[in-house]
Amino acid sequence: MTVLLNVKDLRAYYGQVQALHGLTFSLNEGSLTTLLGANGAGKTTTLRAICNMVRSTGGIEFDGKPLNNRSTESIVRYGIAHVPQGRGTFTTMTVEENLQLGAITRKDNAGIVSDIERMYAHFPVLKQRHTQQAGTLSGGEQQMLAVARALMLRPRLMLLDEPSFGLAPLVVRDLFGILGKINREDKVSILVVEQNAQLALELADQAYVIETGRIVMSGNAKDIANNEEIRKSYLGY
Amino acid sequence: MELFTNQVLAGIATGAIYACMALAVVMIYQAIDHLNFAQGEMAMFSTFISWQLMQWGLSYWVAFLITLVLSFVAGIAIERILFKPLAKAPVLTNVAGFIALFAIINSSAGLIWDFTIKQYPTPFGSAPFLGSQLISTHQAGMIGVTVLLLLGLYFFFQYTRIGLAMRAAASVPESARLVGINTSWMIALGWGMATAIGSIAGMLIAPVVFLEPNMMGGVLIYGFAAAVLGGLTSPFGAVVGGFLVGIFENLAGTYIPGVGNELKLPIALALIISVLVVKPAGLFGRHIVKRV
Repeated sequence: MTVLLNVKDLRAYYGQVQALHGLTFSLNEGSLTTLLGANGAGKTTTLRAICNMVRSTGGIEFDGKPLNNRSTESIVRYGIAHVPQGRGTFTTMTVEENLQLGAITRKDNAGIVSDIERMYAHFPVLKQRHTQQAGTLSGGEQQMLAVARALMLRPRLMLLDEPSFGLAPLVVRDLFGILGKINREDKVSILVVEQNAQLALELADQAYVIETGRIVMSGNAKDIANNEEIRKSYLGY
Repeated sequence: MELFTNQVLAGIATGAIYACMALAVVMIYQAIDHLNFAQGEMAMFSTFISWQLMQWGLSYWVAFLITLVLSFVAGIAIERILFKPLAKAPVLTNVAGFIALFAIINSSAGLIWDFTIKQYPTPFGSAPFLGSQLISTHQAGMIGVTVLLLLGLYFFFQYTRIGLAMRAAASVPESARLVGINTSWMIALGWGMATAIGSIAGMLIAPVVFLEPNMMGGVLIYGFAAAVLGGLTSPFGAVVGGFLVGIFENLAGTYIPGVGNELKLPIALALIISVLVVKPAGLFGRHIVKRV
């Protein structure tokens, strides 16, 4: 199995405050890996550091190429799609425009048109609302839209920041089902950050647990889910 | 009744210019969240350039097009050199930057072309439009050019990829960068377009107010009034605001006793204050529909 994303000794800073203290982890091509941890552990910061949205030091390699010091907008061109916390919806634009924006770096117009149709097949509710202002969608629908927007890039790696946040449990089930399907069928590698550890571990194959900016546990998602001690001390269920 | 129609049509003609200025102001406001106080001076300088080109023997429309291109490039240059470094600076620093720009452009124009009032030609002529006494051909031309410009801009923002990218960069910059849009260049592009739009306004109004370094002072205040009335977050609102302010200005000057030419400007300022007190978002300002 080839390593797609390799993060070595990652340290990130917000002003003078250090948020990550030397994080090392990797993600295999085709895998669905989850990053777990409590509030403030550094999960979001890790994703933001990968896309160079916070100041960081250390090595980040994607498919063998270093990503350090590349601007956020150029990292997208490697095929990394980032669904940020809070979904990052373009609320004043229509659903369809949101999807087009996901593919703004692509030049193949025919492919974009057919991909929009593919997204509507994945997420029928988006088709019903394609001319509607995206801000009028419900939280779950906006999360679907955010995932669809990211997929419009035809990414090799998708970074998802707390996709379950603020959603009803049934909607979360739905969404995670779709993520699994995308991972298996479209061969998109996924790195998902979650507070809902139980659900994320059911879905993922690999898992890392972060505490205060360091990896404290890593391994097969099933093993971690089955280890009662880890569950009780780090994941809280 | 004829006086009324006449004043309304004249109001629409000057309103077209206010609409252009308001649109330029709103475009930059959307991109960087600051009001460009130097917008009028930039337009004035562009107008002088077109005048100079005509003095050198170029025809009106050639000078017009060259000025458009030069203004576009100059707008980008001003953003890159002066305002990109100020992007994270406090509001007052930016305000100081705009005032500096205002003073520099105003004095440079005076230095190069002096402060005497100059005639500026109109390509449309000043005969009555279609034999009607209601409106002159130049006024009709002002309206026509503005309408064409607005249609072009609408098409650009609604149906081109780069227009879509510019709108995205202005509305949610962080998400725009995450889909691969170079938001910094979108801001520069916005400056270029705003400067070019301003130059059109300057060149169209110059035959009416005559060419001199302070020609755009009043026009810009009306442009601000229009932008505030329509809503600083809405380009469409800015355009509607421009036409409304133009009509309002003329009708107030005609029908309210005591409001002659001298009091027209205070009326614009009164309008700005009233809108800010009564409906701060303006007529078409964004109220974001949000469901949580």
